[in-house]
Amino acid sequence: MQDSSTREPPGENDPSGAPSLAHALDRRDAAWWIDWGARAGVFFGGMSAILFIGAIFVFIATQGLEFAIHRLSIGELLFGLHWEPTVEPPHYGALPLIAGTAAITAVAMLVAVPLAFCAAIYIGEFARGRQREWLKILIELLAAIPSVVWGLIGLHVMKSIIQQVFHVQVGLNVLNAGIILGLMAAPIITTIAEDALKAVPDAHREAAEALGATSWQVVWRVVLPQARPGLSAAVLLGIGRAFGETIAVLMASGHRLMIPESIFDSAATITATIAAELGEAAVGSDHYQVLFVLGLLLFFITFAINLTADWLVRGRRHA
Amino acid sequence: MSLQAVFRATPHEARSFTVQQLVRLLFLAMTLLLLLPVLGILAVLVVEGAPGLSLDFFLTKPRDNGAAGGIATALVGTIWLTAGALLLALPLGVAAAIYLSEYARDNWLTRTINIAIVNLAGVPSIVHALFGVGAFVHFMGFGKSILAASCTLAVMTLPVMIVATRESLQAVPKAFREACWNMGATRWQTIWRIVLPNSGGGILTGLILVVCRAVGETAPIMFTGAVFLREPFPNDVFDKAMALSFHLYTVSTQVTDVPAHVPFAVALTLILVVLAMNALAIYVRMHLRGRKKW
Repeated sequence: MQDSSTREPPGENDPSGAPSLAHALDRRDAAWWIDWGARAGVFFGGMSAILFIGAIFVFIATQGLEFAIHRLSIGELLFGLHWEPTVEPPHYGALPLIAGTAAITAVAMLVAVPLAFCAAIYIGEFARGRQREWLKILIELLAAIPSVVWGLIGLHVMKSIIQQVFHVQVGLNVLNAGIILGLMAAPIITTIAEDALKAVPDAHREAAEALGATSWQVVWRVVLPQARPGLSAAVLLGIGRAFGETIAVLMASGHRLMIPESIFDSAATITATIAAELGEAAVGSDHYQVLFVLGLLLFFITFAINLTADWLVRGRRHA
Repeated sequence: MSLQAVFRATPHEARSFTVQQLVRLLFLAMTLLLLLPVLGILAVLVVEGAPGLSLDFFLTKPRDNGAAGGIATALVGTIWLTAGALLLALPLGVAAAIYLSEYARDNWLTRTINIAIVNLAGVPSIVHALFGVGAFVHFMGFGKSILAASCTLAVMTLPVMIVATRESLQAVPKAFREACWNMGATRWQTIWRIVLPNSGGGILTGLILVVCRAVGETAPIMFTGAVFLREPFPNDVFDKAMALSFHLYTVSTQVTDVPAHVPFAVALTLILVVLAMNALAIYVRMHLRGRKKW
């Protein structure tokens, strides 16, 4: 098809009046041109994902770059204890935010991972037929609840539950946000863990069963060890989901810009800080730019998490 | 020795069996514990929010910063934003899915595209918001508008569209395409006449999931086009608009003296939309899967 570009387009007779051989062989009718156009259009669509991820990086990096190079000390950003961008002189120490993010994500994983793994094993290995379909639909519904609704639940329901159960004053704290984020991250962990279990060949299960293993023994001794890379990927993506969450955590964490000392302290995360302060920061100001630097930090962390998870699931299988 | 004695479980086997039963029960209990919040949240929203729902609530505009009146402007704004996101994400997402499923070979470019899709889906929503502010609001000069917010939502929901469509296209058997090529059809004719019609509503499922996501997101729109309060309905894509999700955020955190049932009523509306969309997606999937003959 490539060499046909040297031929004449169809429909034009050559000077002698008789159609030449090259002309007779030319297949470039309307369908060919439509096909060519469709291929080009579809290729552009295929490139769009690369285009956008590149654009996100470029735009966020350039908005924060000038400030990051000239006036920001990376040491202060990563280890400074005070996040006071609006007082004079401003302090841009993001350690409280990083600590808050880490604490809340850790609690979220403590909540999500056991629940999600048990659900994945039950749905993948024990449940059958209609029960399995229903459980999967309910997991999807859990994933579909919008984050702002989760935030409302944290703000009104989880807050009073925590106050009553643990007899603490502050109901909007690390524990509250952690439970909310754990429940939000659990469906994605469940889905990916279930895929990892499904990837273990049935022949291995049958071999173990033929030796007299019960289905729990099959799961524990055969399926889980083989699915380990996929399960790690599931946890990683769950972490990515939890620490990237914004609105729910802003509403449920209490948003206090200090390092939390217990799970009953209020805390602030990187994402929530950007959401809370972007509206107030004047465009182009130092404060505005430092928020983009935080965004760049988030971008790199999620990029690392996603690449590692992708490598665990895909790369090792090819190797 | 009687037959029963021969086939009776040894103590070791009996113990394995008991363990197996207990483990199964434990896992079922954990699964239900995970799913309990779904029912709990629905129950809380219905109990607290249902008294606030009425036709008037949907049809009147908010008053007193959202403390009184209805949610008409927020509903209309959400429809504008979602429709905009859909118009942009649909063609791009379907094109990308067709490219990946029908044209792409297993080479570095395809792997790069797949990594880009995974990362685009994994980038935190607030980073999408920063991108929207930098790219659409300021660089492209759309200002804070429905257009900028829709573009941001479209970029964010693009991976959902691509993945759902690609999966359904890949489920069409290869033999269908080969039969069509053998008749002398071009690639595009094959895709248009054979692959897309037989993809079992994959595009529809993707579309529904995009709507679901776009309706529920708050962070990407709160700096790119959604506003706290706006009296008139939007007229064109350069207007700002209220949105259901952002309205829920403001009435539950920013406005004082809101009656307790108002945030729950807004949340109930939001979740009803999302649930209806999900139910539709599940129905489409099951209905079309049932019709498949291969």
